[in-house]
Amino acid sequence: METILEINNIEVVYNKAVQVLRGLSLTVPKGTIVALLGSNGAGKSTTLKAVSGLLDIEDGEVADGKITFKGRDVALDSPDKLVRRGLFHVMEGRHVFEDLTVEENLTAATYAKKGGAGARASFALVYEYFPRLKDRRKGLAGYLSGGEQQMLAVGRSLVAAPDLIMLDEPSLGLAPLLVEEIFEIIVRINREQGTSMLLVEQNAALALAVSSYGYIMENGKVVIDGTSDELMKNEDVQEFYLGASGDDGENRSYREIKHYKRRKRWLS
Amino acid sequence: MDWLFFFESSIAGLATGAIYSLVALGFVIIYKATRVINFAIGEIMMISAYLFLTFAGILEWHPLIALPLAMLGGGLLGSVTEKLIIRPMLGESPISVVMVTIGLSSILVGAAQIIWGPGPRILPDFLPRAPIFIGELYVSSKIAYSALIAIGLLVCYLIYFRFSRGGVALRATASDQAAAFSMGISVPKVFNYAWFFGSMAAALAGVLVAASGGLSPYSGSMALSILVVVIFGGLDSLTGALVGGLLVGWLETMTGAFLGGEYKMLTIFTLLTFVLVLKPYGLFGTKEIERL
Ligand SMILES: Nc1ncnc2c1ncn2[C@@H]1O[C@H](COP(=O)(O)OP(=O)(O)O)[C@@H](O)[C@H]1O
Ligand SMILES: [Mg+2]
Repeated sequence: METILEINNIEVVYNKAVQVLRGLSLTVPKGTIVALLGSNGAGKSTTLKAVSGLLDIEDGEVADGKITFKGRDVALDSPDKLVRRGLFHVMEGRHVFEDLTVEENLTAATYAKKGGAGARASFALVYEYFPRLKDRRKGLAGYLSGGEQQMLAVGRSLVAAPDLIMLDEPSLGLAPLLVEEIFEIIVRINREQGTSMLLVEQNAALALAVSSYGYIMENGKVVIDGTSDELMKNEDVQEFYLGASGDDGENRSYREIKHYKRRKRWLS
Repeated sequence: MDWLFFFESSIAGLATGAIYSLVALGFVIIYKATRVINFAIGEIMMISAYLFLTFAGILEWHPLIALPLAMLGGGLLGSVTEKLIIRPMLGESPISVVMVTIGLSSILVGAAQIIWGPGPRILPDFLPRAPIFIGELYVSSKIAYSALIAIGLLVCYLIYFRFSRGGVALRATASDQAAAFSMGISVPKVFNYAWFFGSMAAALAGVLVAASGGLSPYSGSMALSILVVVIFGGLDSLTGALVGGLLVGWLETMTGAFLGGEYKMLTIFTLLTFVLVLKPYGLFGTKEIERL
């Protein structure tokens, strides 16, 4: 299968002193959803920033290894250039522009497209996936609820119409019902738009339910990987990451995920 | 109380204020996008006024050509400053960056002395001279036309930043730099545009101020009033720049007219102190902003 993103043995160091990633590798095949799981502080967000180039802003550096997006080394391009090449990073904590309106937030995302023309048409697509945003399009993003802000964050990626979306903990701090809604749409975007996804989650059950392949990382490197079905059956994964207590981890569709959420969120 | 004199002074004060607002707007645009406090903005005004003097006075080009060229020159000066001096300082402490802009202002004063000489100069007349009467009120036409031109550019800027896609990019960058990058916005380009447009606003104001007040290498010191305006209105607020400029301009003129010029600074800084005690972030400023 064709590969859209390949991370090969990277090491990341912050402030020229703190090493956070220690030889991490992973692959996202084109058109699939790949889950990247791990506890708080494992280095998941750092991995995404290394790919999108946002590491520079935080004085982090890819000290070794190589990342290729659509066959080209990401180190060759600035972060904004990478976005225009079709790589979109939905940051942890949503990062909507709070003092801009919903529509202006979407307008900002038109910079992700070459020329930025035809932007209005893709707003229609956003509003189709998230009708609630349409009702609030003239309101300031800062006044949206947490769930609506996450919808806006995902909506901006729709405007960009990228080849790969990297989502950093889209379920963070949201009520179970909203989490379900957002994950349904993530799956729809993958199916209907053919967008590849790298999905970072602390909520392992949820992420494995929607992904085809998963990586679990600890302390800056991958400790287990496999197809999502394999991972759900794996005993270690069940014990440490799924918080399983008598449940079998088989064939869970994301519709059932909210039952999981009420149980135990691992290590948090 | 002589009401006629009061109203005449008020109009003159508001007209001066409109020019202050324009400079303050330039300052705020630069601060909002890049978080740099530009102490060289007065000198950018001064250099632009000399450019106008060169184009219109020495080369005798038509003012309608000389004025846009002087504005372009001021904008480019800002843009080059950003690229060569400010960008390499990225990540350094704000104090160091402020020191660099102060250093730049001295360099510009020195350059003006060398190129155009240390003495005061007078700009060629390019604004209509006939006084204007509103009813019985007399308004100096130079001041009135200057204010109208300043307001014209102000309105263009406000509409642009409020409604255009470029305005969205600027405000997005001001609000969250990392997120702006992740939208594909070229943040360094936004920085450069902010310095260009901010300095261009200052450039026009510089020519207008020099047109009625004359010009010397030290003219840039009037930017002290602008510092008061932006601290007063809030470093990052476009509205604050507008309101602050009008208020400070009015107050300065009124103090000068009714108490005497020597009280101007006293009045302004007393007011500034009060505002800062009551509203530490200025009238319209955002809370997180560091104070000077
Ligand atoms: N800007 C930074 N500077 C220094 N250390 C950082 C920075 N960002 C993250 N870290 C450290 O890197 C480690 C991994 O962080 P992160 O990638 O955010 O983990 P995760 O997303 O898996 O929770 C943590 O120990 C964190 O303290
Ligand atoms: Mg994280």
